Amino acid sequence: MAEKMRATRDGAGDGMLELAKAMPEVVALTGDMAGSTRTDKFEKLFPDRFFNMGIAEQDLIGTAAGLALAGKVPYACSFSSFILCRALDQIRVSVCYNNANVKIVGTHSGITVGPDGATAQMLEDIALMRVLPNMCVLVPSDAEEARKAVVAAASWKGPVFIRVGRNPAPAVTAVPDTFGIGKANLLARGNDVTIVACGIMVRDALDAAAELAQKGVGADVINMHTIAPLDAATLLASVEKTGAAVTAEEHQLAGGLGGAVAECLAANFPVPVEMIGIAGVFGESGESDELKLKYGLTKEKIVEACLRSIGRKGRA
Amino acid sequence: MNRPDINTLTALARQFRRDIVTTVFGAGSGHPGGSLSMVEIVIALYCYKLRIDPKDPSWPDRDIFILSKGHCSPALYVALAHRGFFPKEELSRFRKLGALLQGHAYRGVPGVELSTGSLGQGLSVANGWALASRLDKSARRVYCILGDGEIDEGQVWEAAMSAGFRKLDNVCAILDRNRVQQDGLTEKVKDLAPVSDKFRSCGWNVIDVDGHDISQVMDALDGAEAAKGKPTLINAATVKGKGVSFMELNPDWHGKAPSREELERALKEIG
Repeated sequence: MAEKMRATRDGAGDGMLELAKAMPEVVALTGDMAGSTRTDKFEKLFPDRFFNMGIAEQDLIGTAAGLALAGKVPYACSFSSFILCRALDQIRVSVCYNNANVKIVGTHSGITVGPDGATAQMLEDIALMRVLPNMCVLVPSDAEEARKAVVAAASWKGPVFIRVGRNPAPAVTAVPDTFGIGKANLLARGNDVTIVACGIMVRDALDAAAELAQKGVGADVINMHTIAPLDAATLLASVEKTGAAVTAEEHQLAGGLGGAVAECLAANFPVPVEMIGIAGVFGESGESDELKLKYGLTKEKIVEACLRSIGRKGRA
Repeated sequence: MNRPDINTLTALARQFRRDIVTTVFGAGSGHPGGSLSMVEIVIALYCYKLRIDPKDPSWPDRDIFILSKGHCSPALYVALAHRGFFPKEELSRFRKLGALLQGHAYRGVPGVELSTGSLGQGLSVANGWALASRLDKSARRVYCILGDGEIDEGQVWEAAMSAGFRKLDNVCAILDRNRVQQDGLTEKVKDLAPVSDKFRSCGWNVIDVDGHDISQVMDALDGAEAAKGKPTLINAATVKGKGVSFMELNPDWHGKAPSREELERALKEIG
């Protein structure tokens, strides 16, 4: 079956529009990025509830905090690289310390942004957001899950960061699939290794599991769409069965999903953990698939990591 | 609201100053200079202008006050205690482990709308609150005190442009123009002049007042409410450390507590 390709930012845009129609308290803000963040339809249909703050991310986040404290449910949308880094202090103090009910949709995350190169390729966002108290971090794996994540965020009390990407990516989930914040989805089952993935790497993790199955190796595949709060119960149940783990993310190796998983396992059930991600370097210009290949974000690398992790069992 | 008797307010200003220096002395740390400079502004707000209810601090249509220069929490906490948002005894536990009154303005305190302490953030939040009021067709007004050192921060100017552009006439910012920041005179660190013109050029209505004349501040707050189509900046000329001669215009008193002997001198001077 030919898979439907769609960007997670498109799904996020659909989710915000759906919410705008259903909830009058939902508003949206952007920083000269209405088209890029897929909030242009929101602006067209609900101009009074849409605020283009210009290229001023600090003010954007502060304004969103004020709207939230006044009872609105603001979705603050821009490139992850700009809205999170430029406004990190505002996110920490105005949003998180005040527990303001702000939802941040960071688009163009990850290396697959492509030709724009390193400044736009946000590879540190999961790390920056998951250490902030009160912040919930969601990394949907496809457009449909991004839509669900955006919708679910509206009912979550407190700040949420939703990480989405620019380019079309294959579908992983289906419309009837459930999505619950903090409740990971087990997508494949096997007894030998646990693959924990988020974002577009979930697709590669499933492909890796299929290849491993042909080699007689069974893998659990966990779609860890919520990085904070981490679903420790699902992770531990799987790892207690398999005794080995691999993480896969389109993010720096330091501080992201791999770090969150390693922290949880180190404290509760230490097993070998191999991580797939970006090895502490900036990206570069190129096409998405070329960059994924060059920086090792592939099914093949996940398969190798699984075999390494299994090989380390008993001598972690 | 009817204007309170000016003699009563003047006496109250002395009491607030005594409470501020005593509170900072009790904590052993804190920011007396910028708290003393904003006493008359805080009195004009909390004893005249703000539509608030200490018995119902989260009343939905209340006016909102944001202390953007969050380190001057003593002035805010003293005003809130005076209005009965929490018992005055809490002031003696300011900055202590487990206390209600955190070092910088803290939203967990009844009557405090926004935790602040990283400078430059309050005006954007005020604007957001004002936009929500506009959507809700609420008569709520939003007030925000800025420090003059604070407006070195770029975010303040992003917010000033936003409020002017969006014609947020339900926003009133008050600049505590006390001329001193941590490292020295504002003119020396980063000259702000002509600050009123800078706000005017961003689309603001600007009212210049003597920030230690409570009647002038009350007039300006009324003028801000009457001004339509523009946000208002009240540029309040003040003296850092006002009321305590050895603290006045002295950067050393930006952020330190008086000794017992200094406290006694200060209380004597304030009267």
